[in-house]
Amino acid sequence: MTVYLDNSATTRCFDKVRGYMSEIEDMYYGNPSSMHMAGIEAEKHVRYATEVFSRLLKAGPKEIVYTSGGTESDNLALIGCARANSRLGKHIITTKIEHPAVLETCAYLEKEGFDVTCLEPDGSGRVREDDLRAALRDDTIMVSVMYVNNEIGSLQPIAKLGKIIKEHNENTLFHVDAVQGFGKFRINPSREKIDLLSISGHKIHGPKGVGVLYINDKVRIHPVIFGGGQQRGLRSGTENVPGIAGMAKAADLLYTDFETGTGRLYELKTMFINELMNLEGVTVNGLPEESPEAGDTLEARVRMSAPHIVSASFEGIRAEVLLHALEDKGIYVSSGSACASNKPAISATLKAIGVKPSLLDSTVRFSMCVETTKEELDYTLEALKEILPALRRYTRR
Amino acid sequence: MDHSSFLIKYAEIAIKGKNRYVFEDALMKQMRYALKKVEGDFEITKTQGRVHVDCLGSFDYDEVIGALSRVFGITGICPVVRVPDEGFDRLSEDVIKYISDEYPDRNKTFKVNCRRARKNYPLDSQEVNMEMGGRILDAFPEMKVDVHDPDILLTIEIRDDNIYIYSKIIPGPGGMPVGTGGKAMLLLSGGIDSPVAGYMIAKRGVRIDAVYFHAPPYTSERAKQKVMDLARLVSRYAGPITLHVINFTDIQLEIYEKCPHDELTIIMRRYMMRIAEDIARKNDCLGLITGESIGQVASQTMQSLAATNEVCTMPVYRPLIGFDKNEIIKISEKIDTFETSILPYEDCCTIFVAKHPVTKPNVNIIRRSENNLAETIDELYRKAIETDEVIVVS
Repeated sequence: MTVYLDNSATTRCFDKVRGYMSEIEDMYYGNPSSMHMAGIEAEKHVRYATEVFSRLLKAGPKEIVYTSGGTESDNLALIGCARANSRLGKHIITTKIEHPAVLETCAYLEKEGFDVTCLEPDGSGRVREDDLRAALRDDTIMVSVMYVNNEIGSLQPIAKLGKIIKEHNENTLFHVDAVQGFGKFRINPSREKIDLLSISGHKIHGPKGVGVLYINDKVRIHPVIFGGGQQRGLRSGTENVPGIAGMAKAADLLYTDFETGTGRLYELKTMFINELMNLEGVTVNGLPEESPEAGDTLEARVRMSAPHIVSASFEGIRAEVLLHALEDKGIYVSSGSACASNKPAISATLKAIGVKPSLLDSTVRFSMCVETTKEELDYTLEALKEILPALRRYTRR
Repeated sequence: MDHSSFLIKYAEIAIKGKNRYVFEDALMKQMRYALKKVEGDFEITKTQGRVHVDCLGSFDYDEVIGALSRVFGITGICPVVRVPDEGFDRLSEDVIKYISDEYPDRNKTFKVNCRRARKNYPLDSQEVNMEMGGRILDAFPEMKVDVHDPDILLTIEIRDDNIYIYSKIIPGPGGMPVGTGGKAMLLLSGGIDSPVAGYMIAKRGVRIDAVYFHAPPYTSERAKQKVMDLARLVSRYAGPITLHVINFTDIQLEIYEKCPHDELTIIMRRYMMRIAEDIARKNDCLGLITGESIGQVASQTMQSLAATNEVCTMPVYRPLIGFDKNEIIKISEKIDTFETSILPYEDCCTIFVAKHPVTKPNVNIIRRSENNLAETIDELYRKAIETDEVIVVS
């Protein structure tokens, strides 16, 4: 049995998406910029994609830009806006638990003379609203916060953060990396006060190498890639027609019967966490504490996080060894940190939410998708019950 | 002028008396193997105790030199300009063009050295030397003749089909052609040392098989891939390598449970040596090769080496025994294995490494500890041998 629980790394491309893409590769291979019929036929498929994303994001067609993926979307948003708005200020706010595509880009901007503030999240991996309020300055030009954290699945209070930002300064831009959030939540940028939103195709059962950056049409932004002037000069280069159309098809499929799908995922996640917590020496990361806001049932707390990511720490076990032991049973997960010659690259996210140092290298991520079944999770739990005691017998002396 | 042939020089193998042809044939076989991966058609011929590579059609000069510099047995590669025999006047024009192409700075001394394989050439060797020397001096007055210690030794070789002109020697790797010295089993770990050790023994003409001990889930599939990549890099010198992958996990865990922790590495290595020797014997190997160097780590002290060596009856070749780490690294960089060796997949089994391993193990104590394994080890050993996965890399 093969159980793929690494859907936050990448997902399987839907069959319908693959079929659609191969049809485009075969019949509509024209360059959408060409004047002739072959070009126009190809452009139709890009237009279909734009129609899908405008509908899902409640946005105008000119607010959708296609990129090579989440990383490029983040780079374009941050670098493009920082350069276009540097006259207004040089201060950027982000969080310690962002994806490297955001953190490394901010580090680059720092070298370019920008001033970056990184907010520390609380123990469940959520940004505190008061922290954002305190960090906002007169010269803050941009705030970048992810929708869902990729390692622990914590969900940020995006709408509230958006409101705080705009109340402070209408001109401060709000970028949201929604690579893990899109496809799991209905996102409405204008209602949530989001100015720029990054999406990746291969995290939503679409192809690799393609993504979206939603850019509110009031945003001042410079391109970072120059060339033939495609996509209103914002992102030159011949459009990846099959990729763009395939990604849109995947999104279209995901948001059809959306509530049933996510409802089912939340049920699976609650069940899985419940069972994990019954095992010895296991802690689950990224869930809000019991509180009036969060409620006191596990189900209610799980509902305050992403439906597909479970991060768990296994006392006394090295994540990579557990990963390979699960792999041996056909189960694919991801370890929180990569093993690098005696110095494991410690996950910044896990550190930031205060995971015990002894557990940093013992944390594994299980990430589900709409295709995940209860049988697969049961099988995984059975495998864990067998593997954990065996591995603990041989821990480092 | 294009170099369209290479004259191959070899020293050591030429002195082997009646066995000489064995060595030359092995050399040519290895040259063919090395050139197989280079685009182009090449003809390798042996005439009068010299080996030539003639390039038919177009080829990449640097690639050919690169491939040939990985063939053990070659001491020098002379890039040759090959011209048809169209009379002495035409030849001297070609020679002058050759000098003008090869030596932009002509403030040099030279000597012409003619070899006449075709004896019916109108001039004899001495006459060619003198006449050609004169024409070169006419063309380049700044050059001078020095017959004892010339800067440029210009060889003109008159052969049945063509005339060969050359003057430069690119050093080869030396050593003996692989295949002339039997076969040995290399314990390949994925670190920096073992590929270098394999390279050094292959340099003495020895064919290489390799064994790698895999410990899933403690070591990853990527670690195994890395070892295969390293074997492939070594095979560029050593020829195709048969790699044996042995699943060592159960033995390792058993030792971990039943033996004193500080002796773990030594006992583990003793079992690796036993298994390696078993597989070596089954595959007609005459020895084992390891990358050990005295004192590098706890398991490579004189005492530890004695303890691991004790379980083998086959000779264990340790070509790096007197090398410092930096010297080993230098060779691994030269043979291009360094970058791969330092990929970080190795330490996933650190739980098996004691914080303070014994550095002066006593063989009697180690043997007593191994007695703790008596009940189970034979069965585990047999099972481990059965896991032998054979992969040929080239």
